[in-house]
Amino acid sequence: MQESTSTVSLGHREDRWRGELNFDSRMRRARLGLAIGLIGVLMIFISFTSAYVVRQGLPTFDPATNTLVRDWFSVRLPGLLFLNTIVLLLSSGTMELARRRTLEDAKSADAALSAESRIPWLALTVLLGLSFLVGQWTVWRELGASGFYISTNPSSSFTYLLTGMHGAHLLGGIFALLAAGTVTLLRRPIESRAVLIDIAGWYWHFMAALWVYILCLLEFAH
Amino acid sequence: MGLALLLVIWLITFISTFIFLAKIWWLPTGASAAAAGIDHHFTVTFILMGIVFVAAQVFLGLFVWKYREQNSSRKALYTHGNNTMEIAWTVLTAVLFIGLNWASKPLWASERFDPAKSGAVQVEVTGMQFQWYFRYPGPDGKFGATKPELIDPSAGGESAVGLDPADPASKDDVVTGTMYVPVNREVEVILRAHDVIHSFFIPSMRFKQDAVPGLAIHMHFTPIATGDYEIACAELCGLGHYKMHGMLKVVSQKEYDKWLAAREAEKQ
Amino acid sequence: MATGEFAGHIPHAHAAPQSFIRKWVFSLDHKVIGLQYYFLALTAVFVGMFLSLLMRIHLVWPGVSLPLIGDIKPETYLSLLTMHGTIMVFFVLTTAPQGGFGNYFLPIQIGAADMAFPVLNMLSFWVTFVAFLVLIAAFFVAGGAPLHGWTGYPPLSALQSAGPGEGLGADLWVISIALFCIGALMSALNFITTTLDMRAKGMSMMRMPLTCWAWFITAILGLLAFGVLFSAGILLLLDRNAGTSFFVPLVTVNGIMAAHKGGSPLLWQHLFWFFGHPEVYIAILPAMGLCSQLVSVFSRKPIFGYKAMVYAMLSIGILGFMVWGHHMFMSGISPYTAFGMSVMTMAIGVPSAIKTFNWIGTLWGGKIRFTPPMLFAIGFVSLFVTGGISGPFLAQPVLDIPLHETFFVIAHFHLIMGVASIFGIFAATYYWFPKMFGRMMNERMARLHFWFSFVGTYAIFMPMHYTGMAALLRRYSQYTELAYMHSLAPLNKFITYAAFITIAGQFIFLFNLFWSMKRGEKASDNPWEATTLEWTTATPPPHDNFGGLTPVVYNGPYEYSVPGAPQDYLMQTDAATKAVGH
Repeated sequence: MQESTSTVSLGHREDRWRGELNFDSRMRRARLGLAIGLIGVLMIFISFTSAYVVRQGLPTFDPATNTLVRDWFSVRLPGLLFLNTIVLLLSSGTMELARRRTLEDAKSADAALSAESRIPWLALTVLLGLSFLVGQWTVWRELGASGFYISTNPSSSFTYLLTGMHGAHLLGGIFALLAAGTVTLLRRPIESRAVLIDIAGWYWHFMAALWVYILCLLEFAH
Repeated sequence: MGLALLLVIWLITFISTFIFLAKIWWLPTGASAAAAGIDHHFTVTFILMGIVFVAAQVFLGLFVWKYREQNSSRKALYTHGNNTMEIAWTVLTAVLFIGLNWASKPLWASERFDPAKSGAVQVEVTGMQFQWYFRYPGPDGKFGATKPELIDPSAGGESAVGLDPADPASKDDVVTGTMYVPVNREVEVILRAHDVIHSFFIPSMRFKQDAVPGLAIHMHFTPIATGDYEIACAELCGLGHYKMHGMLKVVSQKEYDKWLAAREAEKQ
Repeated sequence: MATGEFAGHIPHAHAAPQSFIRKWVFSLDHKVIGLQYYFLALTAVFVGMFLSLLMRIHLVWPGVSLPLIGDIKPETYLSLLTMHGTIMVFFVLTTAPQGGFGNYFLPIQIGAADMAFPVLNMLSFWVTFVAFLVLIAAFFVAGGAPLHGWTGYPPLSALQSAGPGEGLGADLWVISIALFCIGALMSALNFITTTLDMRAKGMSMMRMPLTCWAWFITAILGLLAFGVLFSAGILLLLDRNAGTSFFVPLVTVNGIMAAHKGGSPLLWQHLFWFFGHPEVYIAILPAMGLCSQLVSVFSRKPIFGYKAMVYAMLSIGILGFMVWGHHMFMSGISPYTAFGMSVMTMAIGVPSAIKTFNWIGTLWGGKIRFTPPMLFAIGFVSLFVTGGISGPFLAQPVLDIPLHETFFVIAHFHLIMGVASIFGIFAATYYWFPKMFGRMMNERMARLHFWFSFVGTYAIFMPMHYTGMAALLRRYSQYTELAYMHSLAPLNKFITYAAFITIAGQFIFLFNLFWSMKRGEKASDNPWEATTLEWTTATPPPHDNFGGLTPVVYNGPYEYSVPGAPQDYLMQTDAATKAVGH
């Protein structure tokens, strides 16, 4: 990456062309974009939360008794869900290690200290992420086996909805990680890799935090 | 072009305002106790907004003509604005808009905050694709139970609302397709819907309220003139929405009693 | 070329793509993507207009059988109006001003070489395009397009048995909207990051043209609102297909109990309108920003009250999230909530009024040039006033009682959102056409188009205030059943004739657009003598907009008729003559 000496420096916001942006600025821009995008995703889950709270408190007209009754009966969450949570939090840990290592590599002068002798934290994260999703699928099967399907009652509807939507977003995150892995294997410039892994990493942490929130909502909000 | 714009803008403004003022088309004649207040507030809003409308369009038209480029050496006025004017018209607009709304609060309160007074005539209004049904509680003053399993619109009347014959309170309930109420007495309507959202709208009574499945919404109005008043459905409810209408008949107390007694008699 | 100062020169600017696919189909160039959005919207608007013409014909002549379409049954009419609303609101008003012109000109006006994330930009267009195809597909499946209105209230929209068109067509409608939300969120992300992170040196936020402010605030609204609509769509899809009951209580359709219970139809309305109200500001803000731009350029005067304009747009944005209940005054919400929302609604009228005062204040003392973009800008102000004035009627719940669901509402939102926003799109087209295509659009045809549109739209929508006051209800496929509606037939006929004439006038625009691309008078780089950065580039702008250079900004965007300056306009990049006060 060359610097043109006749360019006016704009400090940390120097920008001449997307391909020639310096590393710090690229990282800053990518993180800014991610933060903004996550606000959009957050609004989706805020809406679901709002629907959840409203539905919980809504009395239903029961024609049998001609009165209004509360029909919210919380689904008992299978224990596997908590194991899955631990798996996801662990994956957040491995993700963070992958992210930091790559950032160090990007910043260090000698980028030849590459992945050969390193623990494949990224691959571990993908593995743990997939385990989580398989675990979630198993939880769904367990719920179904005990008679709770998506349409059974409002609580089960929201359980499937929230776990499903979170899972879908996490799957997207896994694709991002696979892209990061591919880019690493193809030996693309370390700085591009670092930006991609950094963004994927923060996205991953957001998904983990979102999961903890969803779990608390399902488990504790009555 | 400036002149053309001025003329067209002013013409559109004056013609449309004239049509409003001449009341060639206007709100239907009011026949409820609330109508006078609502209509009055409508007129106040109309006058104030009308002044703003005319003034804005007049100035717009005037300025585009007056300040047209005329090949003279006149330079445009170089100014970035005027903070005093900004503050002034902001405050004035806020006072006008919010003041107007605040003035309508008592009307809204009497329509919606307060429930019907005791002694009001109770009518349960049920909307379904594509018909309104009206249920009167009868001499016992209680509405009988309804069951969704018993709903059979094709049979009409009591079956259409799913009246449960097992409930003793149902015995004297009268279900009709036409709504009768006595004049000068408050009417309490309890709005229900079976299938989708409908809306119970009586233009002359200045009454409108959605009938929502799963809810029983209590509203009230007081008719003050006898006559026949059309009822229209005011929430899209399917392909028959345009023909889901009914009739409100406001009659004297005596006639109402007679009518109700006749309906009760039919049930024997 | 331009007289502005440029800092630095890149010896090897990024090479433009060469293959047809890379250049025109999966282009990463914001200018091409902007044009793609624009032409999608252009297609959509003619489809939407055609649907409304069919509606108007049916209302006046219900028995008439139309060529190709045949009889218009009640359910057909309802599906026409549903698709008309959906296409217009999403694929025209949310697409052309922001996705079209915003994509093309935001980067250039702030001095950037492209959007922050070009690949995401490309994806956002194609997702939107697929969404459009999915929506149109609804016409062709069994049962046809949905009949539940663009607002899609359940249980009508949630029950397959509630009517024809509520089968697969309704599912496609929901899926289309969900896809649109995804495209819109991606686009919002790009706009916000670009505005915050890619402004050229000297281009502070308060030196940005008001168009950029408008696109920026619109993107923020979109970011916060489209996720909510997406969620509502998912819940509706589940209610329709998975047996859930988010929105559907215990209901019986024609005596048959549906397999739902406990849901709340009002929950949909809250979610939908929490999105839906910011959506109308998304539809109008870019046009407001452009109007500010145009009245300034073509009065040769700075915009009156730049700061007030920015604060007004910000207030509109914030307040826009606090007023959604005014769509639900009659829905069964608490009357206290209703009144609270109505106070906020009246409050949001204040910044809109400020903007109107400032547009008129800009004209005052100006040297007005009646170019086609200026005609449409002036038309915009007039229509915005007219459409806005009916707002305070509807905002007061006690007046909403007679007016809700009548043609008064239709008059209001068509004038202030439909027509005004469309005038913004026309103005933008006439204004930026020279920069995009290197030629001027034909002025004679433009003027003719303006008069047809201005007089025509007033002729269509002004009478709807009268029919609305007389309690003519919307979404009725015919007005034959209620006696009190019969007397309004002549007015309805007048509206339909006005619609014919106005729509005919739009073909002048369509012809002009394509004719001028080939035969229009060649345009210079800055035919309007305007100050903002897009007029410093070559025409059309090269792949990286500024030919390898980075602009440096010294002046505000509205420095016209500066006393003592050699010309009556000062480019933003002109360092030689510093402007006063900005």
